[in-house]
Amino acid sequence: MDFLRPTTLDEALAIKAQRPDAVPIAGGTDVMVELNFDHRRPEALLDLTRIGELAEWSTLDGTVTLGAGVPYTRVIDELGDALPGLAMAARTVGSPQIRNRGTVGGNLGAASPAGDTHPVLLATGARVEVASVRGRRFIAAEDFYTGVKRNALEPDELITAVRLPVATGGEQFAKIGTRNAMVIAVCSFAIVLREGHVGAAIGSAAPTPRRVGEAERFLLGELPWDAPAPLADSLKRRFGELVASAATPIDDVRGSAAYRTHALSVLARRTLTWAWDGYRGSVRECA
Amino acid sequence: MRLNVTVNGERRQADDVWEGESLLYVLRERLGLPGSKNACEQGECGSCTVYLDDVPVCSCLVAAGQAEGREVRTVEGLADGDALDPVQQSFVDAGAVQCGFCTPGLVVAAHDLLNRVPDPSDEEIREALAGNLCRCTGYEKILDAVRLAADAR
Ligand SMILES: Cc1cc2nc3c(=O)[nH]c(=O)nc-3n(C[C@H](O)[C@H](O)[C@H](O)COP(=O)(O)OP(=O)(O)OC[C@H]3O[C@@H](n4cnc5c(N)ncnc54)[C@H](O)[C@@H]3O)c2cc1C
Ligand code: FES
Ligand code: FES
Repeated sequence: MDFLRPTTLDEALAIKAQRPDAVPIAGGTDVMVELNFDHRRPEALLDLTRIGELAEWSTLDGTVTLGAGVPYTRVIDELGDALPGLAMAARTVGSPQIRNRGTVGGNLGAASPAGDTHPVLLATGARVEVASVRGRRFIAAEDFYTGVKRNALEPDELITAVRLPVATGGEQFAKIGTRNAMVIAVCSFAIVLREGHVGAAIGSAAPTPRRVGEAERFLLGELPWDAPAPLADSLKRRFGELVASAATPIDDVRGSAAYRTHALSVLARRTLTWAWDGYRGSVRECA
Repeated sequence: MRLNVTVNGERRQADDVWEGESLLYVLRERLGLPGSKNACEQGECGSCTVYLDDVPVCSCLVAAGQAEGREVRTVEGLADGDALDPVQQSFVDAGAVQCGFCTPGLVVAAHDLLNRVPDPSDEEIREALAGNLCRCTGYEKILDAVRLAADAR
């Protein structure tokens, strides 16, 4: 096995072009588990932790460009205000030690249906920035997840960043698990409300994380945007039903399909209430 | 491959390191530092927790090569000669150690917490130690130890 240690993105892309079989390793919280248990013996590891540009973030014109290699702890500490939904998801990942290493780029690379950042990336309308020696391109989050643990990356490409809008309304993420730490989501849900935009997405409830289009369109039409008052129970219930109907979960050790579907409708209802409160707060601040 | 890494303030070198092995393996098997424990090798138990450039991580999930040129501080590096670090002393005084397998990881995690938050609430202690499993104590004495260490510092 080779251990490749580029210090610039250009160098890393040149290596990846020559050796598409090289497995990128960022925080290693997915890759090392596979190596330790001999589930994977790649020809080469491509260490991304020495590339400064992947570990930075910046904000321009209401968009955050978050480097693929920024660990969760920094997302929580540095971006809680700009990206509250992503920070909420980050807080639920693993444990402090895992959050100190694990990255959004790694979550995208692994593309697990249960990855916690995915519903938020989908609901905010994030774009994944990927690069190769051939150039740079952007993939909408909803086009990124192509199957169970599969994504839209070409073999010579690396994920360089994600671009997300700075929150202007309400954002929420919630996840079901047996305790508050160290749980892979039984199911998860994210919702983003801002003027003219409803984003909602489910995790761990289908082969890929996915947006729930019908539920989004329902809310966009029904929410009292101009006179933001508390929401009727019937509206929340209907939203919960539409979210649940978009899921195609499986039975597994973490939960049954029926439980997941039910839990999703509850998460959807609750997070809608909180996100709408957040939206109303932001409207009041502007007034 | 050859690995150069500063461990507990000393520059160390390890040879014939396999590219896919973990920092935990290097510490225990190549550098003679068995303080950090190997209980799960999958990030779940925290018994392998060390500082990597001052950030607590599971050393079982750090590839050896990622530690090249970096600074590692293990549980062996916390005491000042024969004088235990206050966190270590508090684990002894509070009776927070039974079989001891989880202790090194918990000591490092608690040490980091108290560096960041000198007077943590119970919530903060629980949150900070959420990645460290103990099969013996039931955690109450461990919480006592962290409170005691906070008072002692
Ligand atoms: C104990 C434990 C608890 C966990 N809990 C959670 C949890 O609660 N929620 C959750 O979502 N996940 C969890 N995970 C999984 C993991 O921590 C996350 O998926 C994390 O985001 C992975 O990031 P990383 O930087 O460590 O990735 P790595 O392990 O370094 O890489 C993961 C994958 O992405 C690829 N990759 C990494 N960076 C790039 C890049 N820039 N371009 C292209 N490919 C790339 C790698 O080749 C690999 O296939 C947990 C893992 C452990 C060990
Ligand atoms: S041995 Fe590293 S977390 Fe368990
Ligand atoms: S004292 Fe035995 S595992 Fe904690």
